[in-house]
Amino acid sequence: MATLDSKIPAGPLAEKWNKHKDQINLVNPANKRNIDIIVVGTGLAGASASATLAELGYNVKTFCYQDSPRRAHSIAAQGGVNAAKNYQGDGDSVYRLFYDTIKGGDYRSREANVYRLAQVSTNIIDQCVAQGVPFAREYGGLLDNRSFGGVQVSRTFYAKGQTGQQLLLGAYSAMNRQIQRGKIQSFTRHEMLDLVLVDGKARGIIARDLVSGKLERHAAHAVVLATGGYGNLFYLSTYCMGANVTAAWRAHKKGAYFANPCYTQIHPTCIPVSGDHQSKLTLMSESLRNDGRIWVPKKIEDAQAIREGKLKPTQIAEEDRDYYLERRYPAFGNLVPRDVASRAAKERCDAGYGVNKTGEAVYLDFDAAIMRYGREKANTSGRKDASDAEVRALGEAIVEAKYGNLFQMYEKIADENPYKTPMKIYPAVHYAMGGLWVDYNLMTTIPGCYAAGEANFSDHGANRLGASALMQGLADGYFVLPYTIGDYLSDDIRTGAISTESEAFAQAEEAVRTKLEKLMSGSGKHSVDYYHKKLGKIMWNKCGMSRNEKELKEAISEIAALRADFWENVKVPGMLDSKNQELEKAGKVADFLELGELFAKDALERNESCGGHFREEYQTEEGEALRDDEQYKYTAAWEYKGTPSEAVLHREDLVYENIELKTRSYK
Amino acid sequence: MKIKLNVWRQKDATSKGAMVSYDLDHVEADMSFLEMIDVLNEELISKGEEPVEFDHDCREGICGTCSMTINGRPHGPQHRTTACQLHMRSFSDGDTITVEPFRAAAFPVIKDLIVDRSAFDRIQQAGGYISVNTSGNPVDANAIPIEKEHADLSFNAATCIGCGACVAACKNASAMLFTSAKVSQYALLPQGQVEATTRVLNMVKQMDLEGFGNCTNTGACEVECPKGISLENIARLNREYLSASLKK
Repeated sequence: MATLDSKIPAGPLAEKWNKHKDQINLVNPANKRNIDIIVVGTGLAGASASATLAELGYNVKTFCYQDSPRRAHSIAAQGGVNAAKNYQGDGDSVYRLFYDTIKGGDYRSREANVYRLAQVSTNIIDQCVAQGVPFAREYGGLLDNRSFGGVQVSRTFYAKGQTGQQLLLGAYSAMNRQIQRGKIQSFTRHEMLDLVLVDGKARGIIARDLVSGKLERHAAHAVVLATGGYGNLFYLSTYCMGANVTAAWRAHKKGAYFANPCYTQIHPTCIPVSGDHQSKLTLMSESLRNDGRIWVPKKIEDAQAIREGKLKPTQIAEEDRDYYLERRYPAFGNLVPRDVASRAAKERCDAGYGVNKTGEAVYLDFDAAIMRYGREKANTSGRKDASDAEVRALGEAIVEAKYGNLFQMYEKIADENPYKTPMKIYPAVHYAMGGLWVDYNLMTTIPGCYAAGEANFSDHGANRLGASALMQGLADGYFVLPYTIGDYLSDDIRTGAISTESEAFAQAEEAVRTKLEKLMSGSGKHSVDYYHKKLGKIMWNKCGMSRNEKELKEAISEIAALRADFWENVKVPGMLDSKNQELEKAGKVADFLELGELFAKDALERNESCGGHFREEYQTEEGEALRDDEQYKYTAAWEYKGTPSEAVLHREDLVYENIELKTRSYK
Repeated sequence: MKIKLNVWRQKDATSKGAMVSYDLDHVEADMSFLEMIDVLNEELISKGEEPVEFDHDCREGICGTCSMTINGRPHGPQHRTTACQLHMRSFSDGDTITVEPFRAAAFPVIKDLIVDRSAFDRIQQAGGYISVNTSGNPVDANAIPIEKEHADLSFNAATCIGCGACVAACKNASAMLFTSAKVSQYALLPQGQVEATTRVLNMVKQMDLEGFGNCTNTGACEVECPKGISLENIARLNREYLSASLKK
């Protein structure tokens, strides 16, 4: 039985990582050629890990369900990547990045991991520039930075609103170099359906070729899961349509503990739901909160008139507007962290102040910024007598230069001009802080099975700060995993190639086939999407931005019932042995229907509010999150025991040797 | 609104395909084009028929997965918009809409609207990178200052999403815009100079091997490109190729 040993190296915080690197075992270059590694997922973590492992000399096989590694959803990250370079000379340091991340995560992340993340953040920028990532630059030719929520320095590197795209294409190019050398074999349109354990060690996977429908066995000495987060559990989210928990969940069922599933990030600024046909939600970058002011009407009758289409937001006088973030959090205002901003929006909408037909939207208003920028521009260009209309035109041009692509995206989707009328926004599921439990070496509780990037749980605690996801994915893949995996593989230099003919592979393949056949044999009452939407509604209503004991218990039984119904009545057309997108979806939803229950169980067990996890029973008089460090300063890692309801909790106590735990305040 | 859809249905790579008509009675203006197909698919599934398969993933215009020709135009009628960002308000009640896969010999159909674009990956593998090791790179990022104008142009070229609309739009099914975007990204940066000669020669060679057609400077690719990748990149590719050929 695996034990929960985080394997944090001894010694002072700042020296742990370097000392660890100096002391762990290495695999010599000749032996690396005899060792195979499977990497599942080709987003930032998977692409950077596979490129680096191949460059070190290992034989790597990569798997992705997309038609090319370049399409993984890291590509959609807009804002930027944090790094403690202190190029702006504004007092940034490794320690400050570490501290901000721990505080932002509401003191629920592992100190040693976060410090290492802050340390290697600077290498990421050096590496990406060397490989030709075109970051934004100043006129002097040096790199530019911007600022993000929850911090007081400018440490975010960016490439317009497409930073994730540029970083992923950089990692993909590094992969391509190794594919050309023959060191990476890239399997696209393939989906991992099970992890294969031989003598208790991860030794391969069962994958399905999504074009032919055939099941395949792939063996290796270690398996890296870089398969992203599970936010599509909620059906509607800012994730891509194909994002899923399947690889991680199947590993969980084989013995990998699943940590903190209830820590999910709900991002405050997304375009609201427009109707039942909606398939996904679109994020409006956090950077917009630098200039946008968030408000709802002060009078409930105004909100109602707006919902009925009788009143326009621009007709509401300044004194009748409630800038509720500025009112509640004067110190950080509109730039409070994501969890705080999301809850505040929900609070106003629940109270009846929502501003679209569903009552679930607030305004993000650029009017003040347009006029402020316009006035400044008029002044500096010697036109102090400019009319309001002229000032507005000047201001709109400046806002367009800053956020043009986002405004255009908004207009395409919402069919409203955000220069003329405020944007309508509402929180949406955006990121999973929880994931597979890993030790300091990023190994799960299954020997030889690693998890990197969003798929693991370790660095963001209960809430992730903006521009930290890209940082963590690349840190894990480029700079952490390639070192730590060698320590494990040094025991495998005499093992020789792993055979796929063993009983373990045969059994795993048979189990996968049986499961697929069962999915295809439902009575055919409802489509896969029908169940996915129902699950999403339960999750959003009862396990979403705020949770309570009664509703969590209801969610647990409702999800279990829905799961039983699904297995009996789902309708999957088409064939097993051919391209079949409905079958792919069915397998993913089957796993979400199990994870959803564990999620609710985890949320129910945690009798405190922290970060993205807000329990209504545990709040201050002002409605702020009330943490309980006495009882809940731990990571909850769940062991699979047959059904989610029987999952067994293991606790990893979080030890803070270097910082003092405080109440997180942005007031 | 009511829409009549003519959709290309093809069982697999070896089967013959055909256009099939479907009537949709409850299309809403706020739906995206792909959500409209989702609605069609739900209807087909409930009738016991196989849904229309199509490639899609991010549904926010950045991953480059969606790939369909709508009324004869890759990604449909709206300028600089991927199919997933196209909304039904661009159409009118009673419209007939024709939907086909991207057509090119180098993009064989896999099923229905799904095509195989792995040729693009192989062009990138032939040289679309800078050969630096990912581990242990000691040079500080700001030790390589880059003129802002060049950095911006390089970025513009790098925003190609690899969807293949340029190929589908081209009467010769040429991949010059795609290939030139990658060549340009590196040609404009000092980091890309070291391997500039081999990169352009190898990538162009692979492009030709994949069976893409020649460029005749029609410019349809630039018009249909959802990201507005400029034809200037093709001029730059030609210049790079010529100078590389002379060096060899």
